[in-house]
Amino acid sequence: MNALVIAALLLVLLTLSYQVGWSRSRRLATDKGARLHSRPIYHGVLVALFALLPAILVLGLWALFSQSVSNNYILAQLPPETAQLPQVQLQATLDRVRALANGFGVLGEPAPEEAAAASAYETFQLIGFLTVIAAASALGAAGLFWAQRRIGPALRARNQVEFAVRIGLVACSTVAILTTIGIVLSLLADAIRFFSFINPIDFFFGTVWNPRFQSTGTGSAGEYGLLPLLTGTLMISIIAMLVAVPIGLMSAIYLSQYAHQRVRDVVKPIIEVLAGIPTIVYGFFALVTVGPFLSGLGAAIGIDIRATSALTAGVVMGIMIIPFISSLSDDIISQVPNAMRDGSLGLGATQSETIRKVLLPAALPGVVGAILLAVSRAIGETMIVVLAAGNSPVLRFNPAEPTSTVTVSIVNQLTGDADFTSPQSLVAFALGLTLFVMTLLLNVLALYIVRKFREQYE
Amino acid sequence: MTDALLSNTETNNRNRERVRAGLARRHRSENLFRWAGVLAIVAALGFVVILFGMILSKGLPSFWQSTLHAEVYFDPELIEGGPMPERADSNSAAEYQQAVNQWQRDVTLSNWNALVETAIRAQAPDVEIEARDVLALVTSAARFQLRDLYFANPDLLGQTVPVALLASANTDNWLKGTIDRSQPDARQQLSADTRALADRLLDEDIIRFDFAWHIFTNVDSRSAPASAGLAGAFMGSLYMMAVVIVLAVPIGVASAVYLEEFAPKNRLTDLIEVNINNLAAVPSIVFGLLGAAIFINYMGLPRSAPLVGGLVLTLMTLPTIIIATRSALRAVPPSLRQAALGLGASRNQTVFHHVLPLTFPGILTATIIGVAQALGETAPLLLIGMSAFIANIPANPLDSATALPVQIYLWQGNENRNFFEARTSAAIIVLLGLMILLNAIAIFLRTRLERKK
Repeated sequence: MNALVIAALLLVLLTLSYQVGWSRSRRLATDKGARLHSRPIYHGVLVALFALLPAILVLGLWALFSQSVSNNYILAQLPPETAQLPQVQLQATLDRVRALANGFGVLGEPAPEEAAAASAYETFQLIGFLTVIAAASALGAAGLFWAQRRIGPALRARNQVEFAVRIGLVACSTVAILTTIGIVLSLLADAIRFFSFINPIDFFFGTVWNPRFQSTGTGSAGEYGLLPLLTGTLMISIIAMLVAVPIGLMSAIYLSQYAHQRVRDVVKPIIEVLAGIPTIVYGFFALVTVGPFLSGLGAAIGIDIRATSALTAGVVMGIMIIPFISSLSDDIISQVPNAMRDGSLGLGATQSETIRKVLLPAALPGVVGAILLAVSRAIGETMIVVLAAGNSPVLRFNPAEPTSTVTVSIVNQLTGDADFTSPQSLVAFALGLTLFVMTLLLNVLALYIVRKFREQYE
Repeated sequence: MTDALLSNTETNNRNRERVRAGLARRHRSENLFRWAGVLAIVAALGFVVILFGMILSKGLPSFWQSTLHAEVYFDPELIEGGPMPERADSNSAAEYQQAVNQWQRDVTLSNWNALVETAIRAQAPDVEIEARDVLALVTSAARFQLRDLYFANPDLLGQTVPVALLASANTDNWLKGTIDRSQPDARQQLSADTRALADRLLDEDIIRFDFAWHIFTNVDSRSAPASAGLAGAFMGSLYMMAVVIVLAVPIGVASAVYLEEFAPKNRLTDLIEVNINNLAAVPSIVFGLLGAAIFINYMGLPRSAPLVGGLVLTLMTLPTIIIATRSALRAVPPSLRQAALGLGASRNQTVFHHVLPLTFPGILTATIIGVAQALGETAPLLLIGMSAFIANIPANPLDSATALPVQIYLWQGNENRNFFEARTSAAIIVLLGLMILLNAIAIFLRTRLERKK
């Protein structure tokens, strides 16, 4: 209801102000023959801006502060000792009054002072809403009036509108900055809260990961050693790279140097399909197909391989990363100047010698950069490891055993009834911060290497 | 002289020998290298084939589910509440509503299971079997199906109509052979009587494998797994995609336009650039942490809501759209800008009237690709509570909901493995189908629109 009224108000204001600005400038131009600086559209938009912005400002302020203002008002209606209640009970009391006022009713018979507060709050709500609407409309109308008075031959309406558009564009592009700030601040703030419970040294150098949950009733905070998760993450990433780098690199080399153009046109998009598949699908694939296959293979040759293990997760993650490596190395190899290749071939080197001794060394920094980017992707990957790594956060180095990673632990700590005051859920943010810093460093390094290499042949 | 000549030819010959011997080795290694390349390609293609083969072979059968076609007699003896109350002139609207409510309560409380049981028994009158075993044949949602049928048409009272009842997950497993048929009785989910009855009804064509439309129209269900469907998750995904399109496209295009066309080279724009590149590489789960901390904990938006999921995915998709739009803008020839400026257009007019329209195909394809990526994203959604079990189709973006990839995650963890492994693959087929569709639209639009230029 309220939202509809507000939307209607804004819509009316928009149409009215645009129309007023447009027709006034039109009249000036046609009736009085004045030569206006800007076309009518710009006058209309300018008037609309002047009318809408104050109204939106008022509504925005109301949206921000109405909650706390109304809380204070309700408290003023209730007996003074209510304010001394603890936070949770206070909130419950406020909610009861709100529910009464909005006609939802409450459990049990409402106390007389509650009923009185509710009826007072009901009036307050109505008056508050009407005041805000009136203020918004009045300011909007004032803006409209003032802006349309300004319309004249000399008014540079277009420039002003363009300035406003420019401001809007800048505001949109700061979203990226705000997101980064948001990520860093939220991770930092909650990680610092976590470190007020747990010593950072215990976190970064601990070898036991056992975040006991409060619901089990042990009451203790648990142990939060990062090392088992870190080794799991690194082990899986290394396995993934062992799968992805040879296959990705060799297929890039084959497709760019040997394959017929027609083969390339068919094969390349098929390999790139692997990049578009959601990671949850890979996780399921690992769980249902690859895991049992590997464990069967292990049984056949006498090695005990568990179906959900670092190996399973790593192999499937490697499959996921193949197209990433192959398309990046493809780009980088094809950037090596043809003259180098032709020179080597002209001296009598075979194609493979040219590739191994000329092209690859020239492309090496770029390829290394691509591999680092892929590693950072592997470290941050979540769904495959959630499903296929076996979730066993124990410090060990056998890839055939289940393991756990940083991302898996983040998911485990934050799914379910997360309560953001216990170390059990706050640790997720410390883990997230670690992950963020690790991938950030890898990415910066990789981009630095790739960029440095690119400049060589320009 | 002749000696020297002789030794010269001899060295030449020896050299030639050596080269020839080396050549064979070099050709061998050349071949080896080449074959390693072929092997890598074959491996990569093999993974694609195995992946799709596994998903299709597991998931496709799940789209056909065993369905029992029975004649159901809406027995007035069993259905309580009598005929639907009619509105008398003396009744007020409130009184009438009350009567209808009372009637609905009575109807709901009647013994619908007995109706189901009678209907199945009528299909095989000569079989001696316990009531419990009969009911195990069909999904427990069958009674609600009959009740809803009756609510929709109270005239059915006393009539006999053909109804298709979905077989239970266990029956479906048994008939499809996804569980080991040779297991002893104690290890089977269904009793021997039910299994025999199921086999017999399948033979008599009373149980048939019908296309499981309900996968698309039902929501997830725990009590009646056979009737679980994707509709709720689909709506959740749809809302999130709507949020992503509404927010990410304007903001992304605006940022790209600013950075590419207007931005001066200064600290702020450098910062923005670095940030965008950085955001593109941040692991998706970190965005989930951001959503949990800022949107849910700090701003107090509801958990499990597609709105929050959409906001998180928007922030993830922004870099994709910005980067693609910038490269599209860079591809517009500068002569176009110069011509517009030369004719007296302002810089805003140049950009918005002349440059930007040319980049629409690029922006469109980038949007679709970004949306397809967002559609498959799971990890951040788990952190903002979208993995909760929701048995309703969300009515608006603030309702609790789940999403397609999250539904896959939930189903793969279901304890009824035999049944849900196939169901999960079916959901994956739907998800992959949607993604392929989106990408196909992107490719189609790109070729179509670019040709017109």
